[in-house]
Amino acid sequence: MSIDQSTAAKVAKLARIKVEEDALPALADEFNTILGFIEQLNEVDVDGVEPMTSVTPQRLKRRVDEVTDGGQQDKILANAPDAREGFFAVPKVVE
Amino acid sequence: MTELNKLTLSEARDALRKGETTSVELTEACLKAIDAADALNAFVHKTPELAMERAKAADVRIQAGDAPAMCGLPIGIKDLFCTKGVPSQAASKILDGFKPEYESTVSQQLADAGSVMLGKLNMDEFAMGSSNETSAYGDVVSPWRRGNDDSALTPGGSSGGSAAAVAADLCLAATGTDTGGSIRQPAAFTGITGIKPTYGRCSRWGVVAFASSLDQAGPMTKSVRDAAMMLETMCGHDPKDSTSADLAVSNFEAMLTGDVKGKKIGIPREYRMDGMPGEIEKLWSEGAEMLRAAGAEIIDISLPHTKYALPAYYVIAPAEASSNLARYDGVRYGQRATLEGGDGITEMYEKTRAAGFGHEVQRRVMVGTYVLSAGFYDAYYNRARKVRTLIKKDFENVFAQGIDAILTPATPSSAFGLGEMTDADPVQMYLNDVFTVTVNLAGLPGISVPTGIDAKGLPLGLQLIGRPWEEGDLLNTAYALEGAAGFVAKPGQWW
Repeated sequence: MSIDQSTAAKVAKLARIKVEEDALPALADEFNTILGFIEQLNEVDVDGVEPMTSVTPQRLKRRVDEVTDGGQQDKILANAPDAREGFFAVPKVVE
Repeated sequence: MTELNKLTLSEARDALRKGETTSVELTEACLKAIDAADALNAFVHKTPELAMERAKAADVRIQAGDAPAMCGLPIGIKDLFCTKGVPSQAASKILDGFKPEYESTVSQQLADAGSVMLGKLNMDEFAMGSSNETSAYGDVVSPWRRGNDDSALTPGGSSGGSAAAVAADLCLAATGTDTGGSIRQPAAFTGITGIKPTYGRCSRWGVVAFASSLDQAGPMTKSVRDAAMMLETMCGHDPKDSTSADLAVSNFEAMLTGDVKGKKIGIPREYRMDGMPGEIEKLWSEGAEMLRAAGAEIIDISLPHTKYALPAYYVIAPAEASSNLARYDGVRYGQRATLEGGDGITEMYEKTRAAGFGHEVQRRVMVGTYVLSAGFYDAYYNRARKVRTLIKKDFENVFAQGIDAILTPATPSSAFGLGEMTDADPVQMYLNDVFTVTVNLAGLPGISVPTGIDAKGLPLGLQLIGRPWEEGDLLNTAYALEGAAGFVAKPGQWW
């Protein structure tokens, strides 16, 4: 599998990271080095092997569906780059 | 008495109990050492006022005879742990200015046990790196040097600040986290002890997430006894982390007898890599000989899927990172990039993440995005998870044969120079974790113990891998190895 510049640009878009046009060739090269390394996994016979979901055999615990916490709007907003009137503020989303 | 900051945790605890010193004196000695060591760039947010406040409170508790395990002991906390009201930014620009409104469970447990936080320690950005060169705070410089050569060396990563601070006696011990070797590799590079416990032993709540199925906190200390002491305080069930194990924690320190008679120690043949330096080979066989002399049985074992651990890791870890780091979007915390008129929410995300994440983090997030994308999910991500199952099974097989612990080198070499790997491709840097990463994939406990010095005068470490949940037994084997190796070297103070 070889990654070209347009694939690199698409991945950057999906990852929501702005990559300038002139940085794409180097990025594609790095992807190719890393993916080339990862390709070794194709040597392994994985027929009939279950993909690991949890490294320890324990089941994820479930808690009772009840409110245990809350009422701390100010703390939640305390680190926001832009918060107004009790809300996170972002650029206009809909026209 | 030696300078107070040079004491081990257990020595300091005993001195405090006997009234030979106070927490205030210990803390002042460490704060002084920290201020004199800015050249190492290990502490990135100092908290002297908080430290003195906690030290005074600890002295009151000790006097009252109400002193828990870590009472009055000054430690450093890796910047990956959220600490209430104290900057916690995982060494990333994107979290610049972030002051959590909460405390991580591990740092809370350490505080409840009376320990004194001296400040936050430098690290690779979001714990991604093996040399501490990806930090937004700049590189950490190792206190160690090659003989009389004064070129700056790496302390390893990602817990490089923790390793340098402990090795340079700026604190008695520190917290680290380990996703692929980030406690054990820097411990080996700096001549200290570092243990990554079984996945689920320490709560991950309040620890900035990198790869959630691999991340685990652990102590970085000056001795195996100290590791036992501090790990016990860090462990335990936490209802706030659904992957935290609801299992009893033993008194690890009480299990340190040094008796390893009859223990079966496995030597995995697949860890004998092509081109392994002679010094590492020698260190390894000497370590095996020490354990044999102590009465353990040395057995050749096979872990056939070892070769595929690093490639599997470099699918799974970036995949989880791309998901975990999606929260850094310029809305909830940290930095938002300056926007131009007309920029919408997508531009805000893209510009914020481009400006806030460093190069290595961007690269891993994008690799993760790629391996999870439609069309590649099965070929990469699912295949890697299947290989992970096989890697874990390799270990289960040898443990089923009666092996108690596995001995391997901790790193493929001693510490390299800062900047020496700049021109190498990313995979070259990833190879630093070749001996440690299997342990994370299998969720097992692993410990790095310093056992030798190479021809350049730099420390080298060996790794012991244990059965799941049997940290006590693993620490005891490490204790025997530590005793036999008799490693006492310290870096000469140049800073």
